[in-house]
Amino acid sequence: MAEQEPGATGTTGPAAGSGGQGEEPIPFMQQVLDSPFLLLFIGVTMPTVFYILWGVINITSIPLAN
Amino acid sequence: MATTAQFRTCPDTGFRIHLAADKLIKWNAVTAVVFLLVGGLFGLLVALTRWPAVHLLPADLFYLALTAHGLDVLLVWIIFFEIAVLYFACSILLNSRLAAPKVAWLAYWLMLVGAVMTNIAVLRGDSSVMFTSYVPMQAAPDFYLGIILFAVGALFACFVFFGTLVIAKQEKTYEGSVPLVTFGALTAAIIAVFTIAAGAIILVPTLFWSLGYISNIDTLMYKVVWWGMGHSSQQINVAAHIAVWYALAAILFGAKPLSEKVSRGAFLLYILFLQLASAHHLLVEPGLAAEYKIFNTSYALYLAVLASMIHGLTVPGSIEAAQRKKGLTKGLYEWLRKAPWSNPSFSGLALSIIMFGFLGGISGVMMGTEQLNLITHNTTYVPGHFHATVVTGTTLAFMALAYWLVPVLWQRELVLPGLAKWQPYLFGIGMGLVSLFLMGAGTLGVPRRHWDMAFSDAAITHDFPAAAFLMMGLNGVAALIATLGGVIFILNMVGTILWGKKKEAAPAPQAAPEPQPAAAAGAYGGAGTMAVPGTFVLALVFLAAFVLYYFVNWKYLASVWGLS
Amino acid sequence: MSIFPPQKRIWWNEPVEKSEIIWIVIALVWALIMFFMMPYWHLTGDQNLSTEAYRIKPDVFAARTEAFAEKFKVGEEGETGIPVVRPPAGGDVYMLARLWEWWPVLELKKGESYRLHLSSLDWQHGFSLLPENINIQVHPDYEMVLTITPNSSGEFGVVCNEFCGIGHHTMVGKIYVKE
Repeated sequence: MAEQEPGATGTTGPAAGSGGQGEEPIPFMQQVLDSPFLLLFIGVTMPTVFYILWGVINITSIPLAN
Repeated sequence: MATTAQFRTCPDTGFRIHLAADKLIKWNAVTAVVFLLVGGLFGLLVALTRWPAVHLLPADLFYLALTAHGLDVLLVWIIFFEIAVLYFACSILLNSRLAAPKVAWLAYWLMLVGAVMTNIAVLRGDSSVMFTSYVPMQAAPDFYLGIILFAVGALFACFVFFGTLVIAKQEKTYEGSVPLVTFGALTAAIIAVFTIAAGAIILVPTLFWSLGYISNIDTLMYKVVWWGMGHSSQQINVAAHIAVWYALAAILFGAKPLSEKVSRGAFLLYILFLQLASAHHLLVEPGLAAEYKIFNTSYALYLAVLASMIHGLTVPGSIEAAQRKKGLTKGLYEWLRKAPWSNPSFSGLALSIIMFGFLGGISGVMMGTEQLNLITHNTTYVPGHFHATVVTGTTLAFMALAYWLVPVLWQRELVLPGLAKWQPYLFGIGMGLVSLFLMGAGTLGVPRRHWDMAFSDAAITHDFPAAAFLMMGLNGVAALIATLGGVIFILNMVGTILWGKKKEAAPAPQAAPEPQPAAAAGAYGGAGTMAVPGTFVLALVFLAAFVLYYFVNWKYLASVWGLS
Repeated sequence: MSIFPPQKRIWWNEPVEKSEIIWIVIALVWALIMFFMMPYWHLTGDQNLSTEAYRIKPDVFAARTEAFAEKFKVGEEGETGIPVVRPPAGGDVYMLARLWEWWPVLELKKGESYRLHLSSLDWQHGFSLLPENINIQVHPDYEMVLTITPNSSGEFGVVCNEFCGIGHHTMVGKIYVKE
């Protein structure tokens, strides 16, 4: 069941007005934003790769003075 | 599973409050305020020493006080308070019990022991290495050990936050997505995990180096990784205080986000890009490639700045929409004129938004531009910028929240409500002036972290213009005003907790939320949202200031010596 | 309200109000302008920091700086005993940072370019050229090489603006630029 993933607990939310669309799948981006551990992974990976790793590689490639 | 006996219902807000969370929030917040007092007073000593006519401390004590000031306010005050905000956002706002309170207490004690240990090392006088502790300058081992313990404690606290998100979902204490404020807190917690990891990666080897087990730490490597902690720790603040902005707008006005999608999307941009800005500190280092600097210093394509500009519109915009819904629709600004300007929670929020944007945001982007950093790096412009972001932005927002949170959590009334009305103005405007004068002196080249700009005992000297001396003097005066504001805040908080009158069932008018404002709020976003013309015009004013200031500095850069 | 869960189960598809959309577009355009200013200045601007750098041992850098100073020395700076060095235009120029001095004092010619080598013999220091307000970080074990072209003449201070211990505030050097 795809919509059993993030946000699925909302199917019986207090917002009775939207109750009729209860079976409509949660949009992909909303699922992403409802997944704290996915966001944690992204939020740690991005700066680790682009800031730290790139920086460290850059520094190790500084040549020796002749 | 938690039983109902472990909860109390807040008479002001109707939230179910887990007693363990209640106690942890209180202890973390109180500890934070104590360190704000200590760190703030060190800051006053710094400002009075840099006031040329006063020149209070001798050089060694000045550098000691400056190290303690940086650590106690940039790290200890802010992170203790952020832990309180994280626990608030994951347990109270989700009506959930806090996961693993014992771990949370372990986190608290690790942080406290670490903070005290580092303070002792600094006060002993052998670790005046500044907050940044750049190698190969060396502090005593317990200086680094204390920060490591503090960081590990903060990491445990983040685990408790994530754990609480998990159990709240499992136990279905809320429906659907987490509240926007909790999402903002999640953003802060994610940034905190990276921050702490970077800190551990660099400070653990540095500790071993100070113990003699490692012979050398590369100065550039240290700086890259250290700023992964040093700058990102201030990005935790940004995410946390924007979550606090949204919370205060909701509490004070019953405001709902203009659009969940836009506000959460903006937080997602923070998660993706905000931490790259650690490169702001590496723009004039030897050997780093221009591509690396440009990509990182601009948060990819300034996408985190885009996010901040979005929050800058949506937070006041949500207040405008809520006020207009209440009938304050005359002209562009009736909603703003008739806002509760004498409620410190509101005035603190308003000043925080304005000064974070106009002073902190614009100066930060300018100075973080690859080439423009050449004309600002390590001048007093830098502390000028971050006193606008961290003090008038974050600290003022946290103070504004405390005016609401402390009476609610302790169920006591403020002891000095009359002074509280003035406090955000004193503190905010005093600190705003500190920022402006430091930035002004920085444009004249005055170095930061410098005991004597008159060079009275130097073999070779440089004459700063009289305006530079004047600005450092005015900075001292402004710091006195801000200190007065800070002391009033602390007296109010400590006094309220210790001696505040027990509240009646009815909330105090001073800092009370709208009773059960959920009922007043309509549907989210889109058609249900009012247009926000007043906020939009303010945003355009901000943009005009931003564009103008940005290009003025390019013009200034174009006039200095050629460099290539 | 921001302190409660969204009322609608699916909030992602809610339409966004017009002023928000307009602001996002404006802000994005501004963000892109600011981004492209940096590469643009690399192509057209005269103030771009060199990325040329080398790993170097402090004693090697000290020896090179001393040889340079000896070769082009024209006098001494007041009572300090620090040599004043007048290198030929277009040539290599060395300045070292150490606790707590910039060594030697340089005498340059306005409008000429020089390859300036900067490094530290001990801790990190901050090269702050005043009143120009050009600020560059100086590391031990790394030598930065940048081309400088003075466009104004007179007496310029080199103030250390990276904290380097108790004598930090006495660490000042000089560069003279002659017409």
